[in-house]
Amino acid sequence: MKDVIIGLEVHVQLNKLNSKLFCGCSTKYHDSEPNTYTCPVCLGLPGALPVLNRAIVEAAIKVALALNCEIAEQTLFYRKNYYYPDLPKGFQISQYDYPIATNGKLVIEGDGERQIRIKRVHMEEDPARLVHKGPIERSKYSLIDYNRSGMPLLEVVTEPDLGSPKEARQFLNKLRNILEYLDVFDGSLEGALRVDANISLAGGARTEVKNISSYKGVEKALSFEIVRQKNLMRRGIKVVQETRHYDEARGVTISLRTKEEEKDYRYFPEPDLVPFKVKDKVAEIRKCLPELPDAKRRRFVKRYNISEHHAKVLTSELGLANFFENVAAKVGANQAATWIADVLKGELNYRDLDISAFSPEHMIQILHMLEEKNITEKGAVQVIRTLLDKGGTPAEIVKQKGLLKVDEDVIAKAVDEAIKENPAAVKDYHAGKNEALHFLVGQVMKKTSGKADPNVVNKLLREKL
Amino acid sequence: MTSISEIKKRMKETSAEEVVQSLFDKIERSKLNAFITLTKEQALKEARKADKNGAKGALAAIPIAVKDNISTRGIRTTCASKILKGYVPPYDAHVIGRLKAEGAIIIGKTNMDEFAMGSSTETSFFGPTRNPHDLSRVPGGSSGGSAATVAGGEVPIALGSDTGGSVRCPASFCGVVGLKPTYGLVSRYGLISYANSLEQIGPLGCSVEDVALLLDVIAGHDPRDSTSHVVKKKRYIDELEDDVSDIKIGVPKEYFEGVDKGVEKAVWDGIKLLEDMGASYSEIGLSHTKYALASYYIIAMSEASSNLARFDGVRYGLRLKKDKDWHTTFSEIRADGFGEEVKRRILLGTYALSAGYYGRYYLKALKVRTLIKQDFENAFKKVDVLIAPTMPFTAFKIGEKIDDPLSLYMADVNTVPINLAGVPSISIPCGFANGLPIGMQIIGKHFDEGAILRMAYTFEKHVEATE
Repeated sequence: MKDVIIGLEVHVQLNKLNSKLFCGCSTKYHDSEPNTYTCPVCLGLPGALPVLNRAIVEAAIKVALALNCEIAEQTLFYRKNYYYPDLPKGFQISQYDYPIATNGKLVIEGDGERQIRIKRVHMEEDPARLVHKGPIERSKYSLIDYNRSGMPLLEVVTEPDLGSPKEARQFLNKLRNILEYLDVFDGSLEGALRVDANISLAGGARTEVKNISSYKGVEKALSFEIVRQKNLMRRGIKVVQETRHYDEARGVTISLRTKEEEKDYRYFPEPDLVPFKVKDKVAEIRKCLPELPDAKRRRFVKRYNISEHHAKVLTSELGLANFFENVAAKVGANQAATWIADVLKGELNYRDLDISAFSPEHMIQILHMLEEKNITEKGAVQVIRTLLDKGGTPAEIVKQKGLLKVDEDVIAKAVDEAIKENPAAVKDYHAGKNEALHFLVGQVMKKTSGKADPNVVNKLLREKL
Repeated sequence: MTSISEIKKRMKETSAEEVVQSLFDKIERSKLNAFITLTKEQALKEARKADKNGAKGALAAIPIAVKDNISTRGIRTTCASKILKGYVPPYDAHVIGRLKAEGAIIIGKTNMDEFAMGSSTETSFFGPTRNPHDLSRVPGGSSGGSAATVAGGEVPIALGSDTGGSVRCPASFCGVVGLKPTYGLVSRYGLISYANSLEQIGPLGCSVEDVALLLDVIAGHDPRDSTSHVVKKKRYIDELEDDVSDIKIGVPKEYFEGVDKGVEKAVWDGIKLLEDMGASYSEIGLSHTKYALASYYIIAMSEASSNLARFDGVRYGLRLKKDKDWHTTFSEIRADGFGEEVKRRILLGTYALSAGYYGRYYLKALKVRTLIKQDFENAFKKVDVLIAPTMPFTAFKIGEKIDDPLSLYMADVNTVPINLAGVPSISIPCGFANGLPIGMQIIGKHFDEGAILRMAYTFEKHVEATE
């Protein structure tokens, strides 16, 4: 038995689709005023009826197929009844028996490949968003924004197959990666992802941690929970089965201590919707599935002959993979992989930008300049940074910053000067002090404003000394 | 009573405005309490517009009353409940859109049992509606206001809704024609749900012809209601032929058990009259009828307990004077806003859906529902229509049964199986007992409204002739 057992319930908002789950309201509300993307249906007004958006069913099937699930023959919606101020109808339309898909699996690459079983995938509607005045426990009032109400959610439930908080995060990253490849999900938007995590240690009870809304949060919440549970066990205190709330700001989990017993949601089939067949759509949807991350990674290694590590980084985002392929079509693939995966990706991460912030044309121009030895590697990095921070074109930046690599005779001239001006260092060099050479290289670089190729400088210095 | 043709004649003689004004004069003097809201100003404006521009549409300038659980844009819609205080829908129900498209003039919103839960229109927050045949008696329910106002000659036609008999029961008690369409024929979009899987909006009028005309306007597929069917649109009005010679009638014996003698006789007289006109009849059995009432109430209350959860005072309706925390606020609003019968049904429905009871009640009720559907399917292999009393008795006194919910539930014994099966049924007047009207229901196959309308039409013609 493993020391730590983790299972996840991941709610992802299919926010790249055009309309909400049961009405025609747009899903593109994220930059808008509260309560401007609503209609009688998603406000739950009396008499309004839900109509299933078929595009979302198709998206759900796509995701389920990508997660290697079995797709149901026929599926239907249920009402999950409970009172909460974010729920305009007093129930959530969700799935219960006969979810759209079951029995899937997802392979994650941590320390070796691990297969995580997916128990089920189902569709449901998102409640509205509550905005509390001040911290929730001391809030004077809360405001409700119904823009989110009725957004299509997909709940992905894993079996308890995850063995560490790190694996949980790897699972989420992989899931996000797949959803983005399928063009149904933008993980950067508010409310895009919410996770409930079940965790137990060997010999202890299971706790459920709710309200985790970021990738980092999952790892942090679970790590906290492991320490907490271990400490209790060490002190001989029993871990009780309970639901805990993750406090993102403080990085801790808190017992909700509700007096309520186990919730009874009184599920029953939604009478305003009819059961619908899905199986017959599957073959066609399967045909239209795009290349998924694993397949792309294998293809990159094979076709471009790049390292497994680079292929993994490059396929971790669809945009990055496409960027790479655009660039690799024009310059050497290995060169492209190194510069994109190692340099550009790092610079983007540092600035919290994604690949759309950089033009593949610019990358091609920069790599051409490098290939033709017009700029140094250091100069290339500078061009990339400047492009990200200030914009412009590589040619302009090279010109403005004088990054064009200096000719050998200019370097030779600077070498001569340096030798002449620093007799002491020359003497030291001849006396066998290697640091003197470094000093002289530095002097030459200074004279050429860093544009000289250090290898050439070294070579010329040794010759001339 | 005032038929559509009578209204048309009078409008021709005078003007739409004068006729509409005269109806309001009558309603304002009325003792029936049939309306919760009158829309006089708007109605007169529309009448004047019709006079000026000429009226267009199948219901051109025809005044109509609408049950107050059907959403009307800009007109308060209360479901006869305190909890919807001040609620004005920002949208029209599908049927209201249809009425407007065909030129009808909405006179007002009619009284009903709160959230359509009742058979007497006594549970309304706005007080009971009275039966025009005897003001001390109930008009039936829950569409009591709609039936009473038509019977009282205040409007020619009205819309009701029928979850377990709520159009047919008041039609029967008030002596008017009322039809519950096949489930899925009329869009429920905008009908405030009581029990979604059972209910349909239905027309009421003083003649079969008027009911057929109104059904023509409201029937048809609506993509906003997933349970609405795509049915080849035919004009019911064209199916009204005075001919029943080829029709086989089935008489379900279970529907005559425990029925008042006067009612039983009137319905049998009706069947015999149809036989005289060439129809044939045979007695048949609908063997699961005895389980229908229990199955119906479990399903209806379960669905209601969920449907009515949205009334929490957050977005519309009743508000407390002082805001408190969420749990207190919604509990107090619901405690104050819902009447006794509504609370009873929410509680019973909540219980029936609870873990551990779901299988014993809700699931079992669904199984019974399937058996009842099969009863009808089997019957319709042998006969074309079924005829039975709509209600086991005539209108009772206001207050007589209100403290005995079970006996009120029992009154629905002949109407609820039809909703469980989803088939259409029309209630037509077939006689009187002690001065009170008796209703006979003609039940048809799924989407075969044409057949029951034709039979009702023929019956009506010949009864008129014999009277």
